Amino acid sequence: MIISVILYLAALVFVIGVGRKIYQYASTPAPLKIPTTPAPTTRGGVVLRMAREVVLFDSLFKASKPTWIFSWLFHAGLLVALLCHLRYFTDPVWGWVNLIAPLSKYAGIAMVVGLTGLLLRRIFVDRVKTISAPSDYLMLMLIIGIAATGLLMRFGWHTDIIAVKQFALGLRSLQFESLPGGILVVLHLLLVAVLILIFPFSKLLHAPGLFFSPSRNQVDNPRERRHVTRLVKDHGQKS
Amino acid sequence: MVKKADFEAPVLGDYTEVPAVTPGAMQHSQPYVAKPAHNEALGYPGELVDNWQEVAVNKLGELVKGSRALRVYLDSCVKCGACTDKCHYFLGTGDPNNMPVARQDLLRSVYRRHYTVAGKYLPKLVGAKDLDEEMLDNWYKYFHQCSQCRRCSVYCPYGIDTAEVSMAAREIMDTIGKGQKYCNEIIGKVHKLGNNLGLPEPALADTLEGLEEDVEEEINVAVKFPLDVKGAEVLLVTPSADFFAEPHIDGLIGYAKVFHQAGISWTLSSHASEAANFGLFIGSVDNMQKVAMRIREAALELGVKRIVFGECGHAWRVGYSFLNTLAGPFDFLDSNYPVPQHIVEVTHDLIEQGRLKMDASANDDKRVTFHDSCNVARASRMGAKSGGQFSLPRDVIKASCNHFFDMPADTIGEATFCCGGGGGLLTDDLVELRVKGAKPRMQALKDVHEQHRITHMAAICAICKSQFSKVLPYYGFEMDQIISVHQLVGDALVFNSDS
Ligand code: SF4
Ligand code: SF4
Repeated sequence: MIISVILYLAALVFVIGVGRKIYQYASTPAPLKIPTTPAPTTRGGVVLRMAREVVLFDSLFKASKPTWIFSWLFHAGLLVALLCHLRYFTDPVWGWVNLIAPLSKYAGIAMVVGLTGLLLRRIFVDRVKTISAPSDYLMLMLIIGIAATGLLMRFGWHTDIIAVKQFALGLRSLQFESLPGGILVVLHLLLVAVLILIFPFSKLLHAPGLFFSPSRNQVDNPRERRHVTRLVKDHGQKS
Repeated sequence: MVKKADFEAPVLGDYTEVPAVTPGAMQHSQPYVAKPAHNEALGYPGELVDNWQEVAVNKLGELVKGSRALRVYLDSCVKCGACTDKCHYFLGTGDPNNMPVARQDLLRSVYRRHYTVAGKYLPKLVGAKDLDEEMLDNWYKYFHQCSQCRRCSVYCPYGIDTAEVSMAAREIMDTIGKGQKYCNEIIGKVHKLGNNLGLPEPALADTLEGLEEDVEEEINVAVKFPLDVKGAEVLLVTPSADFFAEPHIDGLIGYAKVFHQAGISWTLSSHASEAANFGLFIGSVDNMQKVAMRIREAALELGVKRIVFGECGHAWRVGYSFLNTLAGPFDFLDSNYPVPQHIVEVTHDLIEQGRLKMDASANDDKRVTFHDSCNVARASRMGAKSGGQFSLPRDVIKASCNHFFDMPADTIGEATFCCGGGGGLLTDDLVELRVKGAKPRMQALKDVHEQHRITHMAAICAICKSQFSKVLPYYGFEMDQIISVHQLVGDALVFNSDS
């Protein structure tokens, strides 16, 4: 019961907080053209550039192979794990969710490996250590905690899956089912609640931020199309 | 204050090493603060205002509201560290505040403290800090150790561009009366006289006349250097260093020879006798626009059909990326040509059309490499295709000389290293920073020098040329090993002296 309330609250804060941020990003003007060049000269090209950034972490790949492999492993694992969790929220479970279900443990392992790599890098590379605040370590440990509790449940530690599903479906339909026992489930859910709660106030905003980054999402066509925004005074002369 | 010789120039090894973090290594480096007159001429308070903290924090909020880039960049950094070994100033000094993310954090920590929930209530946890005297001091020092070259932005997974952050910080400092002398003094001169050197019209006319005589004497052809000629086809806007400094001036001679041989009528303008636009460096759109408007005014007054920019890196960024926004629309010009055009684009087109007669063997005494200037590489384009800013200058060089070799791939193109003197840092009070910041480029030059016996490095930026003339000797090279691309072109052009 309490867990349900916490989860609802966290979700509410997440939706409002991130929604507000996205609104801010979208409504703040970009007065000048500043794509990092070479940049695509067409909209379609920009979509491709962004897709490569989102899916492959293109720029990070150029920058540092270790950071790239660890963070890609983590994010890919996270995506698969999230999708696998749909089996708790769909009834009957969608076909493709069943299909990928066996991947969930590998996803969890990928997350832990990736996150641990990032954490070690943060601790042992002097440059990265210098720029790290306490929150940077805590964030990694928080997500490691989420993945680890998930994996523990997957590997043996008995959890009543049917009851968890009842609980999840209850959440979906705004019914407060009581959470089936098991300290691990509670811990797992609490950590998730913390994560989504801090999302709008932390560097996790990099997820929506990327899509609004002018150096990545602008088309390189300033000579062909005049870029005008209200912030740059328009002298408006006609010849 | 900084004395000239009290530092040691870095020694070049076999390859570029990432230095160990050395806190405080460049803590002593800062440029001269602007005098009241310099600040006031630009519309800023002359000296540090009494309630500077309050004014600065408010200005920061205002800037964040007005720039999506700044807002997204300040929120999104995940401290992944990908940028930490990408800045030439970090590579040359080891000072952790010269790691791009740490530089951003100087501003971000204040932003977090005042404008985010986490920073207001849990400052220690998220690294939020107050804007106190020490912080302002660090702002002044380290935002003047960034040449706004955008190299970090290439590698950041979110494209976070420290140049934008530096510009914002400098604008905040101007707003509270802590401007930088070098930039602000120069911008004042442009507003008053039309160029960075503060060169009045008669002196400019004199110089150009002298150049005509010199060139005619040398090649026996009456190549003109026209000034304020109404009805010319092309208005050439070029950095004022092209009128005086070596090796810039040989570039100017090159442009003149190209126009002469192609039969294109052209003119310089005494009103817009400067391509450089330092308004960019201090992050002031107003000042940048005011400087850019001179170009529009000159084009209208002289009734030209095209605007062409000479060799200058940040000027080309302002010209290519911003001119249309700041001073457009340019619908009164010939729509068959992009506005503006780069002189390299002009020469490239003419070569392709077979309108230039060139003999590359005229440069057989040289083995040449090319330095991609940061603003051209990462903030603009040439030609119709993405990446033309890399291929066009190389095509032009290869048409002008037979021995061309590129530096290592991770030091050119979009990965190019700044010369170390860009972004408003080309001043003697920052010479230690300039020498150390040039280290990665010097390393790459040493590599091609050893492999291919390179004798010269060509560039298309006035700042790069001045900077390299200064720092090359610190690394055992000669100052005249840096040349203009259009010097190569000019020397390769074949004239029939009786024509
Ligand atoms: S813009 Fe250039 S000089 Fe500034 S922090 Fe980035 S890499 Fe360094
Ligand atoms: S690469 Fe980008 S996200 Fe990573 S530390 Fe640097 S600025 Fe932050």
